[in-house]
Amino acid sequence: MASEAGTYLYAVATDLDKPAPTDLTGVSGGAVRVISHSGLVAYVSTVSLDEFGEEPLRTSMEDLDWLSRTARTHHQVVETVAVSAPTAPVRLITVYSGDEQVEDLLRRRREDFSEVLARIAGRWEWGVKVYAEAVGPPSSPETAPGGGEETNPGTAYLKRRQASLRDREKDRRHAVAAADEIHETLSAYAVAARRHRTQDPQLSGRQEWMVLNGAYLIDGDNGEEFTRILDGLRKPGIQAELTGPWVPYSFTVTADAAGGPDGSG
Amino acid sequence: MAAGERGVAVREDLAAEQIALVDLLDRLLAGGVVISGDLVLSVADIDLVRISLHALITSVREGTALETLPTGGEQTWKAP
Repeated sequence: MASEAGTYLYAVATDLDKPAPTDLTGVSGGAVRVISHSGLVAYVSTVSLDEFGEEPLRTSMEDLDWLSRTARTHHQVVETVAVSAPTAPVRLITVYSGDEQVEDLLRRRREDFSEVLARIAGRWEWGVKVYAEAVGPPSSPETAPGGGEETNPGTAYLKRRQASLRDREKDRRHAVAAADEIHETLSAYAVAARRHRTQDPQLSGRQEWMVLNGAYLIDGDNGEEFTRILDGLRKPGIQAELTGPWVPYSFTVTADAAGGPDGSG
Repeated sequence: MAAGERGVAVREDLAAEQIALVDLLDRLLAGGVVISGDLVLSVADIDLVRISLHALITSVREGTALETLPTGGEQTWKAP
């Protein structure tokens, strides 16, 4: 077990018979190699199961530096190969026991991959994150409703607090509606659209409340137009952040018969 | 080739170092082709999403628990 090796899979791309990229380094320093079969090409590198076995990974995934390094390396490989051919990234950390298993995968799921690659060819993913600015400041004592009637300071406080919560709830509904509207408009323009879970403020590093974490698949020529459409949707109280173009990660989710957690699409 | 139309300038903005890790993980852990069977390991096998985010959280700021996981999400495609 000590020095067993595995084959780490990054992406599957259409085989355009181009030379494999050289000098591309994969996770844990292995050189990125190519496995071609059935008109597809898989990008892989050899990893040690001392690092990429199930047990070691339980610990590594708790290590932010390791996770960050691995995710960025994976992404770098995907980005590089996607420049020259339609590319379907594979989910982070997919490890096979050997190259033969990857070859078998290409053979077995050739149609799935071809279908996905056809859908994303020449298209890129754009990310749009919408934040509602710090809305709903607590009502100040002067404007608190029901002023004169309440002689009990405790009751008055509770009333003010209820009013403040009502305001915040109204603001939230407002922000959610604005986000839905933005998503609808962008989806109407996009080839495909997807809403990711919104990011927790602790992860996004922003105080504002995220109301939309959308992904939009856009034809290669239409990136600028998409940006313009988004700009037209900006309004006070709402901040929209654009990321991309990304390799279409969010639109290559498929799963084989055994299925993944959200691979039903 | 359509892939080239993305443009060099934009690509540089996307240099791996400049991307927020959380945006990357949204895609790497909730996107991409999911494969099972024949594998030594896939991220789907373990509840790594939760684990990794736990790691993220504690490093960003110690304290409160997190309930937002970047998994799932509705995917809609237009009819071809």
